Amino acid sequence: MSSASHSSAAPTADSTRLSFIVGLVLLGFLGLIPILSVAFEDPFLLTLFTRIVIMAIAAVSLNLILGYGGMVSFGHAAYIGVGGYTVGILAFHGVHAAWIQWPLAVLISGIVAALIGLLSLRTKGIFFIMITLALSQLVYYLGNGAFAYGGDDGLNIMKRSDFGGLLNLDNRPTFYYLCWVILLATVFFVHRTVNSRFGMVLQGAKSNDRRMATIGFPVHRYQLTAFVLAGMICGLAGVLTATFTGFISPAMMHWSRSGDLIVMVVLGGMGSLFGPVFGTVAFLLLEEVLSSWTEYWKIVFGPLLVLVVLFARGGIDGAMVRGQAGTLLAGCAAFFLLYGIHTAYEDEWLIPTLILVAACALVWVAKWAVDRKKAASHD
Amino acid sequence: MLLIFEQFLNGLQIGLLLFLLAAGLTLVFGIMDMVNLAHGSLYMMGAYFAAVFTEWTGSFFLGAALALPAGALLGIAVEVIALRTLYTRDHLDQVLATFGLILFFNELARLMFGAGGMTIQTPDWLQGQIMVLPGLPYPSYRFLIILVGLLCAAFLYVLVQRTRLGMLIRAGASNREMVGALGVNIKQLFTLVFGLGSALAALAGLMAGPVTTVQIGMGDNILILALVVIVIGGIGSLPGAFIAALAIGIIDTMGRAFLPNILGSFLSPSEASTLATALSSMLIYILMAAVLVLRPAGLFPAPGR
Amino acid sequence: MTEVLKVSNLVKRFGGLTATDNLSLDLRQGEIHAVIGPNGAGKTTMIGQLIGELRPDAGTIHFMGQDITAMPVHQRSASGIARSFQITSIFQNFTALDNVALAVQAHDGHSFRFWAAARKDKSLREPALQALEQVGLAHRADITASALSHGEHRQLEIAMALATKPKLLLLDEPMAGMGPEDSARMVRMLQGIKGSVTILLIEHDMDAVFALADRITVLVYGHAIATGLPDEIRRNAQVRQAYLGDEAAAE
Repeated sequence: MSSASHSSAAPTADSTRLSFIVGLVLLGFLGLIPILSVAFEDPFLLTLFTRIVIMAIAAVSLNLILGYGGMVSFGHAAYIGVGGYTVGILAFHGVHAAWIQWPLAVLISGIVAALIGLLSLRTKGIFFIMITLALSQLVYYLGNGAFAYGGDDGLNIMKRSDFGGLLNLDNRPTFYYLCWVILLATVFFVHRTVNSRFGMVLQGAKSNDRRMATIGFPVHRYQLTAFVLAGMICGLAGVLTATFTGFISPAMMHWSRSGDLIVMVVLGGMGSLFGPVFGTVAFLLLEEVLSSWTEYWKIVFGPLLVLVVLFARGGIDGAMVRGQAGTLLAGCAAFFLLYGIHTAYEDEWLIPTLILVAACALVWVAKWAVDRKKAASHD
Repeated sequence: MLLIFEQFLNGLQIGLLLFLLAAGLTLVFGIMDMVNLAHGSLYMMGAYFAAVFTEWTGSFFLGAALALPAGALLGIAVEVIALRTLYTRDHLDQVLATFGLILFFNELARLMFGAGGMTIQTPDWLQGQIMVLPGLPYPSYRFLIILVGLLCAAFLYVLVQRTRLGMLIRAGASNREMVGALGVNIKQLFTLVFGLGSALAALAGLMAGPVTTVQIGMGDNILILALVVIVIGGIGSLPGAFIAALAIGIIDTMGRAFLPNILGSFLSPSEASTLATALSSMLIYILMAAVLVLRPAGLFPAPGR
Repeated sequence: MTEVLKVSNLVKRFGGLTATDNLSLDLRQGEIHAVIGPNGAGKTTMIGQLIGELRPDAGTIHFMGQDITAMPVHQRSASGIARSFQITSIFQNFTALDNVALAVQAHDGHSFRFWAAARKDKSLREPALQALEQVGLAHRADITASALSHGEHRQLEIAMALATKPKLLLLDEPMAGMGPEDSARMVRMLQGIKGSVTILLIEHDMDAVFALADRITVLVYGHAIATGLPDEIRRNAQVRQAYLGDEAAAE
């Protein structure tokens, strides 16, 4: 990254202040969703944001190992599945008490993460990506083969977790606030952890793990611990997903779900506190809005992702830290321009074609710009 | 015994398709140090091209003959437009960007060819069976796949071992800087290799088309298998990919064919087949995890890597 | 005098190449012991074995009387062997102070502490700042490591090593790539810490070696052909022939 030469490369307290404030405001805004949902008489708003909040928990957990620890786990959705299946299977056998379901789900997610971590942390780089992918596929096919619990058709959960008289999860706002509080707790926990001694080791190992060993850290233990912690938190997100949808199936841990999670983290900004929350909100809102315009929304989203990877490596958070208000504004402007085109022409064929052409043009221009920049730096 | 041999042929057939896909992937990976998840999309697009061209020309072979260059051109276009800038990036960037390309291509296929999927009609004379051994009839089309797969493997072997291009490919897989230092036009070499890999992927896709159906996302799962193949075989190694692909094809087929019978002795048929399918898939990933733990660079790592 | 490090009959082969050939070496408390030798003499291989990244094929390494031949890297570090890298390998995104604090932390018990903010921890920050002062880098404490100059990176490396209060410091070409000014500053800095820690110095810069070293060992093809005081080494005919010949003539 070119910014490495500037002293702003390391986010100091000041330079992250904007994104810190925006992050807090966003979390606060998320707390208002049930009220807004009632005020606008739009129950779907609550459904959408429940999904967003749950996925944000999973993304924050992935950020702990991916963003801060540099461990590119391409199998993080496996823990969503493990958490969800634990709840589903217990409910199937008539165990509904949350006090049993939830801790057990988190525990089992942790054990699975420990096993996957033990094997995969022996490798590095692309092999780490591949082995986490392979092992999560193993868990995925385990779900597929679990014929007693629906195999690849999945399993309905007839009754939600029972918190005694304390919480009624059938009440949608109650459930939403439970998810929201868990998200707040997760963000706070990650914040404390990455700034603690443990977090220093984790971040040091990301940038130079060989060096960490020579100054006296048994690096693997710390990485494995972070891996397990992330797995447990993500397992909790799986519990919430299963409780929310009342349904579990292997599809929730398909490898493309793991890909989505990585996208959310990178889109928001790796290794930043609120980045994964930004990323999840942006990802799922984009999905929602784009798919309401055209059923072929991924034809826009795919190239968009390529553009983000090529040109906005720091994600949304990075743009805020570097003060690239222009980038963010341009993004929003493009969004509304497309929205305008869409409302002007309600032709299913025309819109995606236009968007496609625009996206291709963008990639071309961007590529041209990069080539020029490269050519200039060679001279 | 004949049954086992028949399943062995099935495994060989799947393994060879997998090899065609993995060959391009491992070359691109080995030479350009590039993870290309969109390789599965090129496989899918190859199948769609063949379906469309076959319908158009009314001949499977004409359709295939048109689909191959179309696949290669598409691959080259993708390389020039999007992937070129990614060679110097880290693997996470490559994974993400090519993941974006998968989304794009799946949706593009849905937009262009509809969500329903297509079938590819093979000529009548390929729809019968031939006797591969006395008493063992085998579908002619599947036999054709095996033949073509073996021919391609032989072609690749000759190409890599005996030609100047092959020499550059081998050199590139073990030491990229050196090839650059030799004054070879690296950009052209990369594009050429990418086009070759894309053509192989399209070939695999169009040959798989008549057996499976041509549908959205058909490249996604086989892509993961192809990645497993190149990791087990050793990144950048064609012989490694060949052996790993055949091993995986045979393990998978044998598992699906014989596990249901074994499991069927204590489970109901539908339960047995569900579990058997999952188990044979799991076997593959267990194999990969075991290889990575015991030999982190794969079974046949390219020298110098 | 007690021996801090005693290397006995060390052998390391890579295929047909013997990189370390029956090497014996001992370091006394508080001395700066330089190891010199032409390129390919096996200095880096030797360091690798001392630090624990390479396992010797034969021979033993004793540190403070204890056999550490089979000890893993992080335990050697914990018991008091610190190393500065030939290739600068600091943590680029951390500030200078963070880098040194991390080194302090490595020797301050386990780091399974998830809650208290490490950057506000005085037991890490103060020794770290002290080490930065020792190498003359205190005024740059809050600068991101990636923004420091090459010479400063080297100073930071040594601060990180010193911060762990090592009993033995392995310096692998600390002057490599430095201009004469930076080199002179490094020599002054090392003279300043001389005596407080035992140092094994590997260096090509002969002026620096003769200015700093108490004793010198000459390594050729992985074998120690001579060990002695700087003057003895200067006069040693075998050394002149094998290694110093040209440079001695040039002086």
